[in-house]
This record gives sequence, C-alpha cells and structure tokens, in this order.
Amino acid sequence: MLSLRVPPTSFHFRLFHAGALERRWRLGRDCLRSFSHPRGTRSLGVKSAKQEMAPFTAAEEEALPEGLHPELMPKHVAVIMDGNGRWAKNKGLQPWDGHRAGVEALREIVELCGKWGIQVLTVFAFSTDNWIRPKIEIDFLLNLFERTLKSELETLAKNNVRISIIGDSSKLPKSLLKVINEVEEVTKNNTRLQLIVAVGYSGKYDVLQACRGIAQRVKDGEIEVEEIDEKLIEQELETNCTEFPYPDLLIRTSGELRVSNFLLWQLAYTELFFAQELWPDFGRSGFIEALMSFQQRQRRFGGRKS
Amino acid sequence: MGGEVRQLLEQIHRFSRRCLFRVLSMGPLPTHLAFIMDGNRRYAKKRGLEDGSGHKAGFSTLMSMLQYCYELGIKYVTIYAFSIDNFRRKPEEVQSLMDLMLEKIKSLLDEESIVHEYGIRVYFIGNLGLLNDQVRAAAEEVMKATAKNSRVVLLVCVAYNSTDEIVQAVKRSCVDKADRDVERIQLVDIEENMQMSVAPEPDILIRSSGETRLSNFLLWQTGNSQLFSLDALWPEIGLRHLVWAILNFQRSHSYLEKRKKQL
Repeated sequence: MLSLRVPPTSFHFRLFHAGALERRWRLGRDCLRSFSHPRGTRSLGVKSAKQEMAPFTAAEEEALPEGLHPELMPKHVAVIMDGNGRWAKNKGLQPWDGHRAGVEALREIVELCGKWGIQVLTVFAFSTDNWIRPKIEIDFLLNLFERTLKSELETLAKNNVRISIIGDSSKLPKSLLKVINEVEEVTKNNTRLQLIVAVGYSGKYDVLQACRGIAQRVKDGEIEVEEIDEKLIEQELETNCTEFPYPDLLIRTSGELRVSNFLLWQLAYTELFFAQELWPDFGRSGFIEALMSFQQRQRRFGGRKS
Repeated sequence: MGGEVRQLLEQIHRFSRRCLFRVLSMGPLPTHLAFIMDGNRRYAKKRGLEDGSGHKAGFSTLMSMLQYCYELGIKYVTIYAFSIDNFRRKPEEVQSLMDLMLEKIKSLLDEESIVHEYGIRVYFIGNLGLLNDQVRAAAEEVMKATAKNSRVVLLVCVAYNSTDEIVQAVKRSCVDKADRDVERIQLVDIEENMQMSVAPEPDILIRSSGETRLSNFLLWQTGNSQLFSLDALWPEIGLRHLVWAILNFQRSHSYLEKRKKQL
C-alpha cells in the first residue's frame, strides 16, 4: 500500500503483514521521497509475445494460502489494472508490451479468483478517458482484447467462467462487438466465476444511462417519478448483469490514490486497497496482500459494531 | 503571567504556521478539501472518557482544521457530519448527536464564531427532511444568515448519502426533461441537480481512523479526487496531517493537470 498512512506517533502497528507495513512506514515517514520507483524490481521477467501463453485453468479449487479465511473472502472483487504503460517504460519496452504483460497478470488473477471461490471479478480495462490515448495504442488495445477473447473463449467456457462486458460499446469496432456478443452468449450459463470487463466504461455514464432508462419508463407511464429509488437505479445500472453488483473490495495498482470514475454508485461501501506495484507485477502475492488487508477490515455500513 | 506566556506561545505558533503556509503556497494548492471525520467514539473509548466527549473533541478538531484550511487559502471544505446510515444507530446515540449538532449549529451564528472570522458561507447538504424540526430550522437559519458571505465555503453533509443525492438528482432530471426526448438528458443535467453542485469536485478526500472506504460519501464528486486514509482517529488529526496530504497532492498535481488538459 502506498503512503496512505501517516506514521502514527506511537508506532503502534497492526502486524498482519510485516513486510508491507515496514514498506508503508518507510514511505509514510519520508513524504518527499519519490514514490515512482516500482516494486517491479522483484521482476517477473519480460513476458514477450513470442512466449507461449500458458493455458488458463480455473478448474480445481485450491486451498487458500495461510492467513486467509474462507468465510471472509469477498464475493465480488473489482480491479483497476493501472500501470502497464509505466511498467513498459521502466523496462525500456513499448506500451503494447506492457499491455501484453497486463493480460498475463489478469490471467493469473482470474485463475486465482476461480480457485479461491470469488464469484465476481470486475476489471477496468478501458475507460472513457482512455480514448485520448494515441490511436496506435488504442487500436492495439482493442485488437489485443479481441484476440484474447477469441483465443480464451474455449478455455473460459471449459472452466465455467461467465464473461460480461459493460461500457459504452458505440465506439468499439464492429469485429470486436461481434466477438463480444459471441463470448457473452456462449458463456452466459456458466456459474463458477463471472468476469465482468469494463470497456469504454465510466461510472458517471453508467448512472446517466440508468437515468435515461428510468426517464423513458416514466415517460411510458410504467413508473411514477416518486417511485424512483435506489433499488430502481441499481436495476438499471450496467452491473445488473450480475447477482452481486457491489464490489466488496476494489484494488488499484500503480500507487495512484483515486478511483478514476470506475463503478461510481457500486463503490459506496467497497473497501479500497491501493497497491504500489504496477499491474504486470501485481500477481499472486499482491493479491494475497490485498485479500489479507480486506479480511482485517471491520465493515460497519454506517452502523456500530457493538 | 501564565496567560501572557500562553498568548505569546499562541502568537509564535500562529506566526510559524503562517510561514509554513507561505512555503506551501509556492506549490499548487487544492481548491476543495473533503473530510470523513471518523473515529470519535473510538477516541473516547481509548482515552477512557465518557461516550459523548469523543464527538466534542472531534468538533474542536474540526474547528482547528477549518481554521488551517481557510488560513492556507483553501476555498471549499466539505465535511461528512452525519450519514443517513447513522440513523440506524442506537436512538440514544442518535439523539445525543442531534443535540450536539443543534448546539454547534447555533453557535455558528455567534459573533465570535469562525463563520464571522473567515467570512464563511455555510451549506447544509443532505436530506434535511430527515432531521428533527429544531435542527433543520437552525441549519436553514445559518444558511440564510451566511448567504452573503463569499470568501470561503463550508459544506456540511448531514442526513446525507451519496446514493440518496443521486436519486434526488435523477428524479429532478426526469421531471425537468419529462416533455422532451430522454436521449437529451446529459451529464450536466444530472450534475446541476445535485446538491453538491454549489462547489467544484474535491481535490482531496481525507478519512481518519484508518478505514479505506468511501462509505457512501461524495461518490459522484470524488471520481478524480486523491484519497487519503489516515490511521489517526479524528480527534487526533492535526496540522501535520493536513500538510502531509497537501504535499502529496502537490507531488502528483503536475501529472494530473497534464491529463486534465488532454481531456
């Protein structure tokens, strides 16, 4: 976690993960120090495109690592996969190599979610703000997405993973839309893990399109304005494709301390975890750290524990 | 003699604070700071005090923080005073919080209060209809009395939930655009119907007591805000935390400005 914590004057730490705590304290103590050095020095190595992509297997359940409790696992985890570009830059590579490495990292996390009983994983692949990036990068990203969906479809279907895509699809190329529809259709009855990929998504636009949907229903006489409540909006949001639209845990990598317009409404009571690593370096250990942090938290939803 | 020494110390403190703020103002400063004032009750428990005193200590911390913010030149400060979810607490606790709020809201109208010292315009944001009549009347009186102030702004979120705010805005948007094509409803239509539209989006959101979540506070407005979760309980929060947050804000500011310009 980043310098989220000012060192308490009485150095009284919760000792759930000594390594992370030490790092956090060091960072917090010297707030003028540069945070930009990635933790990617514990390198995963460069995963070039030429390397054979390992097949994805979420088939078997796996025992949880020590320290994690099954009854405290989140049902829905959301991830902002930030840092591919910086990762590539730090290694002297092109941005698209970073994105490819990012896909590998995502594969690992999807596998772990399937094995550890997490039911929904939402990933922020492409935001409405990302459209300003250079066209060549956008084309590559959308192409990568299309290729990955096509190549992974069989494996995902075999492993009982359901894919849903949310976001404004109007700007996406037709070939990608076709693949998306096919993938959603083929996997729609799968039950082990639901992977929701947010492409061209923005939390505010999600609320806006829900508002338009509701306004249309009011206009059609289906509902009265007074009947508009939180439940109604929840039903109209794009996350209505899942039984658990509210993430329990949101992870953002690369040290940025913001939500960047991802899942606005749905994050009302979500526990936030900000990881210092860049996304391609996040992997299993980062995920475990995030889950352990989550399991330590006391969720009160505005009430009182006692 | 003791009083004079204390006054002298206070003046020295004020002077050194002014110097510090002058240094900080060399860099970009946030326009709008938001606080989730969490941890009052835990503070009282930790110190072995009676229940209500945690909130009283929290209030005095709030006054200090407001003073620092306005001295530094931050124009908007928003605080999460009471959530709609908090009504689910024990009735005695809710009542004592309401009593405290009534007392403090009324004190804002005093001559010596911080409102007059800094020319603060106060807004009470939330579903005020859920409050009892006395508190609501006091809040409305303060809003009216400070309506002409324009130097700095304090937004107090009471009986507030971000989802509730959005629901009200959606309702108003539906009514406004009832006779027109629904496709014409744009983001600005929802935004201008939000109660928080009187202020720009917060640059920084600070939550005390170590929890790292938004708890249904300013969900719409904090999409691009920097989020800081401080371990200290709210009554333990002080100048050093504010300075630390601002320094961190200044570090990432130039990168953000570049992104904003691109958008």
